[in-house]
Amino acid sequence: MRLRRVILAVVVAGVLVAVGGLAWAWRPAIAPTSANQTISDRKTIDRGAELAAIGNCSDCHTRDAGVPYAGGRALPTPFGTIYASNLTPDLATGIGSWSEEAFRRAMHEGVDREGRQLYPAFPYDHFTKATDEDIHALYSFLMSIPAIRNVIPANQLSFPFSFRPIIAGWKVLFLSQASLENDTSKSAAWNRGRYLVEGLGHCGSCHTPRNALGGEKKGSLYAGGAAEGWNAPPLTASPFTTHHWTIDQLAEYLSTGWHKLHGAAAGPMADVAKNLGQASKDDVNAIATYIASLTQPDNKTAVITDNFAKNQPANVVAIYTGACAKCHNDRNDVGPSKALSLSLSTAVQQGDPANTVRVILHGIQSYRTGGGPYMPAFDAILTDAQIADITQYIRSRYTNQPQWADIKTEIIKARQEAQP
Amino acid sequence: MTISLKINGKSQDVDVDPSTPLLYVLRNDVGLHGPRFGCGLGQCGACTVHIDGRPTFSCILPIAAVGNREITTLEGLLEDGKPNKLQQAFIDEEAAQCGYCISGMVMRAQALLRTKPNPTDNEIRNYMRPNLCRCGTHTAIMRAIKRAAIA
Repeated sequence: MRLRRVILAVVVAGVLVAVGGLAWAWRPAIAPTSANQTISDRKTIDRGAELAAIGNCSDCHTRDAGVPYAGGRALPTPFGTIYASNLTPDLATGIGSWSEEAFRRAMHEGVDREGRQLYPAFPYDHFTKATDEDIHALYSFLMSIPAIRNVIPANQLSFPFSFRPIIAGWKVLFLSQASLENDTSKSAAWNRGRYLVEGLGHCGSCHTPRNALGGEKKGSLYAGGAAEGWNAPPLTASPFTTHHWTIDQLAEYLSTGWHKLHGAAAGPMADVAKNLGQASKDDVNAIATYIASLTQPDNKTAVITDNFAKNQPANVVAIYTGACAKCHNDRNDVGPSKALSLSLSTAVQQGDPANTVRVILHGIQSYRTGGGPYMPAFDAILTDAQIADITQYIRSRYTNQPQWADIKTEIIKARQEAQP
Repeated sequence: MTISLKINGKSQDVDVDPSTPLLYVLRNDVGLHGPRFGCGLGQCGACTVHIDGRPTFSCILPIAAVGNREITTLEGLLEDGKPNKLQQAFIDEEAAQCGYCISGMVMRAQALLRTKPNPTDNEIRNYMRPNLCRCGTHTAIMRAIKRAAIA
C-alpha cells in the first residue's frame, strides 16, 4: 500500500512537472532592491496591518515566543516540514530586498523574488484573489515593521516533494488566478465577505477538505477539513451544528472568540479570532455575512441536551463533577471562564473526538490577556485513561450521537503533536 | 468514602466525597495550608501542588482522580524542617507582597528547576505563565528563581 502510494506520487509528480513545466516552472528573478523600501503613508500602513490580521499572516510567520513576522515556525505537512519565512524587511534574511512587484508576484503566483517556486503551505491559491491595492497596503505594512535578522532553517521534505519545480505542476491543477466577479444579486457586504473569505482570509485552507496531493477539493468547498490535528468544522450545512449561526452571532464569535450559544474558538481558530479582533468591524461583518450564507437559516433554537439519568460509572461522574462542572455548570451563568453547557459545543457533536480531546488536554489559553474564554489544561491533572472516560461521558451525556471510537489513540496523537 | 492518598511521602486516609477537589481535602482534612484557594476554577495557580512531580491545579483535581499518584505540597519541599534552596531564595529576595500567590509560584518554579536547573529569563516567563500575581511582584519572583538556579 505504502509502496503503491510512493509510486503513484512519483508518477503523478513526473506528469505534473512535464505539464506544469511548460506553463509555470520558469520565472525570472526580480532584481533586489538595495535599500529598505520606506513607505510613510500611515493610513496605508494601518490598512495593511488590518489586512495582515485578516490574513492571519503572523500565526505561521512567527515562532513560538518569537518576534512577530520574523518566521521560523515549523509547519508540519503530510509531505514533510516546511519552515515559514521571515517577513520582516531584513535585507539578508527577510524580504527587505523584495520590491513591491516581487511581493505581489509571490502573493499572486507563489514565486519568490529569485524566481523559485513556493510551497502552497503559503496559501497563494487564496492570496491570488487579493487586489493590487490590498497587496500594496500589506507590502507597506510589512516594510514598516522592524527588520529582524533571523535565518530560517531549510525545509525537511522527502523526494519528490523536495524538488521545487514540481510545485509548478501543482499550480496547473490547483491554482486558479481567475478574479472574483461581483455578484450583483447579493449585497455589497456579501461580496466583500466572499472576497475576504476566498482571498486573504483563506478560510478554505482549513475548512475545505484536501485531496492526496494537498489541493483543496473544489467540489466540497467548506465541507470541513483539518488544522494541526484539529477538525476544522464544515461551514456548510452540517449535522454537527445544533442550530444555525446568524450573521451577528458569527461576527461576535469571529471577533471575540466566543458566543454564548456556540462556545469558544479554540486551537488554531483561537488565533484567527484574536487576529480578527484587530480587523475592522465592517470587514468582520462582511466575512460573517458570507459565511452565514453558506447555510440555510433554520428556526431551531439552541436546545440543551442532558442525558444525565444514563447509567455511568460513579468515579467518572465524580471526576466530571470535581473537574469540569464547576465551570460547565449548565446554568445560564457562564462565570469568569465563559464556560457553556457542553451540549452547545460543536466539538462534542463532531464525528470524532479530535477537538474535544485537544481542548481537554491543552485547555484554552489564548485569551488570557483581554478576558475571553478560558479553560485550564488538564494534561497534567488527569491521566489519559481518565481523560478518555470523561470524553466519552461528555459525549453520551450532552449529545444524542453515537459513542466515539478510539479516544485513547486520539489522546496519544494529541500528546505527540504537542511535543516541541 | 475512604480514599488513601500519598502526601509528602506519607500515606494518609481521608473520608470525603470522591468529587471533592484535592485542595479542599489538603486544607480541611489533612491540615496542609500551603496550597491556597484563589479562584477555584484553575485560573490563578494559588492552589498549585505537584502530582508525580508535575505542577497541577489542586482546586480542579477531584480526589477520585488522584489515584496512587504522589502529592507534594509547599510543606513537602522543606528539608530537615527548613526552607529548601528555592523557598529560601523567595525569602531572601522578599518576593512576597501580599503573599497569596507565592505558595503556588514556589511549586511551579520548583518543577521548572527540576527539569531545567538553569533556565533563561524567557523560559522562566513562559513556564510561570499559568500562575497569576495581582500585586505585581513578578520581577522579585524572577530574581528568586534565578538566585535558586545559580546558588
